[in-house]
Amino acid sequence: MNEKILQVENLKKHFTVEKKQVLQAVNDVSFYVNKGETFGLVGESGCGKSTIGRTIMGLYEKTAGNVMYDGRNVHELTDKEKFGFYRNMQMIFQDPYASLNPRSTVKEVISEPMEVHGLYKSKRKQLDRVYELLEEVGLNRDHANRYPHEFSGGQRQRIGIARALALDPEFIIADEPISALDVSVQAQVVNLLKDLQMEKDLTFLFIAHDLSMVKQISDRIGVMYLGNLVELTASEALYEKPLHPYTKALLSAIPIPDPDIEESRERIILEGELPSPINPPSGCVFRTRCPMAMDICSIEKPQWQEVEQAHYVACHLYDHTIGNRDPVNT
Amino acid sequence: MEKILEVKDLHVTFSTYGGTVKAVRGVNFHLNKGETLAIVGESGCGKSVTSNAIMRLIPDPPGKISKGEIIFRGKDLTKLSEKKMRGLRGVDISMIFQDPMTALNPTLTIGTQLKEGLQQHRKISSDAAEVKAIEMMDLVGIPSPKERLKQYPHQFSGGMRQRIVIAMALICEPELLIADEPTTALDVTIQAQILELFEKIQEVTGVSIILITHDLGVVAKIADRIVVMYAGKIIEVGTKREVFYQPEHPYTKGLLNSVPRLDLQGEKLTPIDGTPPDLFSPPAGCPFTARCPFAMEVCDKVYPTGTTLSETHQVDCWLQDDRAKRLLATTAATTAEK
Repeated sequence: MNEKILQVENLKKHFTVEKKQVLQAVNDVSFYVNKGETFGLVGESGCGKSTIGRTIMGLYEKTAGNVMYDGRNVHELTDKEKFGFYRNMQMIFQDPYASLNPRSTVKEVISEPMEVHGLYKSKRKQLDRVYELLEEVGLNRDHANRYPHEFSGGQRQRIGIARALALDPEFIIADEPISALDVSVQAQVVNLLKDLQMEKDLTFLFIAHDLSMVKQISDRIGVMYLGNLVELTASEALYEKPLHPYTKALLSAIPIPDPDIEESRERIILEGELPSPINPPSGCVFRTRCPMAMDICSIEKPQWQEVEQAHYVACHLYDHTIGNRDPVNT
Repeated sequence: MEKILEVKDLHVTFSTYGGTVKAVRGVNFHLNKGETLAIVGESGCGKSVTSNAIMRLIPDPPGKISKGEIIFRGKDLTKLSEKKMRGLRGVDISMIFQDPMTALNPTLTIGTQLKEGLQQHRKISSDAAEVKAIEMMDLVGIPSPKERLKQYPHQFSGGMRQRIVIAMALICEPELLIADEPTTALDVTIQAQILELFEKIQEVTGVSIILITHDLGVVAKIADRIVVMYAGKIIEVGTKREVFYQPEHPYTKGLLNSVPRLDLQGEKLTPIDGTPPDLFSPPAGCPFTARCPFAMEVCDKVYPTGTTLSETHQVDCWLQDDRAKRLLATTAATTAEK
């Protein structure tokens, strides 16, 4: 049942920027995705969540670590192997305005991947498949000859989804697929993704900054901060019992559309700003803003450990080797 | 309660190559002194156009305030000359925009930009302006303000830039502050900081705020009253509690249902099917008819006459009309008999 389809092991991605400085976009991130589940990756801008998605896709070369998909190392594939490999893994992008070629009709957009992979010998069959895909994503066949500018944002995102489905992939990386859309349309697209997952047994890596939407769609969620994974667990557990101080602050910062709750809520307001990934803090990267920071936090990087069953966290507060010190008094 | 602003039957159109877009179509609302009024709605509903019209920032041509009045302190802003309007902007009415980077001039120091407004509008020395600028930076929570005055916008983070923009907007002590999606470009933890700041400045300065946003969570936190817009019309107005707990317009209900709630468990989201109408040729009746699960024959033909539900709560929906209620009651009764 819980077959791991994707395994990311100690993945690092560093970029060299001006003056030979190194930007540590992703640092030692490990997680796995089970077949058929939706794994959510959340964090604020600049935390490295999109970089992870792109490195998994092979759009970026890794700096260190491994990405294993179905037992194969993604970054060690030959060009020929890659070609076949990407039939299984597709991506949906954030901006439905920028990710569709304005000079191609919807039919051309959706059939291009099929042509590249030579899926259909007859044009007729290919066109039938395009129509079928359009209907699956809630558009209709009359839309096939139109251009992207004739569609609304939500409809364009549906076209992007149809294109991603054109090769019948198993695994889809959705990088902020709904953040450019209006709320009532976001719900439409999220429901569509859920339905498609049920029908086609898809596995999703869902990257977003909106924790309330990620919780809605994901089975498990990983929380990132400044290139590091700080907590990972089932989505209910993350909301019910967040462990990492950053997760707690993030959850409490999200306003809830209910005035009574909103007015009585205690909020953890994080002081200060996100440090630069070019020169991240020593030890735990969150310590500069952490209300619970201890001496050890600046010296030693906290270990990634399973604190409760299937609940991982990287924080010294839960590190038993240091002893159960009272975090408030230290 | 004293009304500081009253918008009456406002119409704004834009002439384009493809025809005239009727972006705002007869909008009526008012703002009480010292309150926060939220204008909510989805992209293209006319919320930003409405607020730009109050500031007279509609580019003419192609845009035009084709009808209506905007009464601010007894004066109709639509009739003021550009020169008089310029004396009002930034002094009596200020505005904050979504993107703090584009709202600041990258080639001038923060200090110059903060002082500029003050020196333009008030006869004040550069030194006195600097004192005031430092005071404002302190109010909006920028540490070591004296040193930071000499810095440029790129040396500040997004959240800090938005604080500077807020300080700039408040430096002449305006009575009305219009904030157009002020936290949309910010991360949630920074958004939380900025929302706290809004509450603080309102407490300190007593400024009245019009907040334009699509985020109902933000509204639940800081608004007093809410205006819901759809396709250039205000379809429901009420206090925060009335709109959240007793919404009467099907669009308001749909909007509230389509937002994912962090505090509720996994039920499926209920989106509003379809898309808003084309504002080149808006429907004669209620613009929500095509997407409304309760639409009746009349809805498509005639725009609903507003119904007053309480002193503060108004809704434009035929379902609230007595005749519709009677009809629904009889239908319910006959089904019950069967």
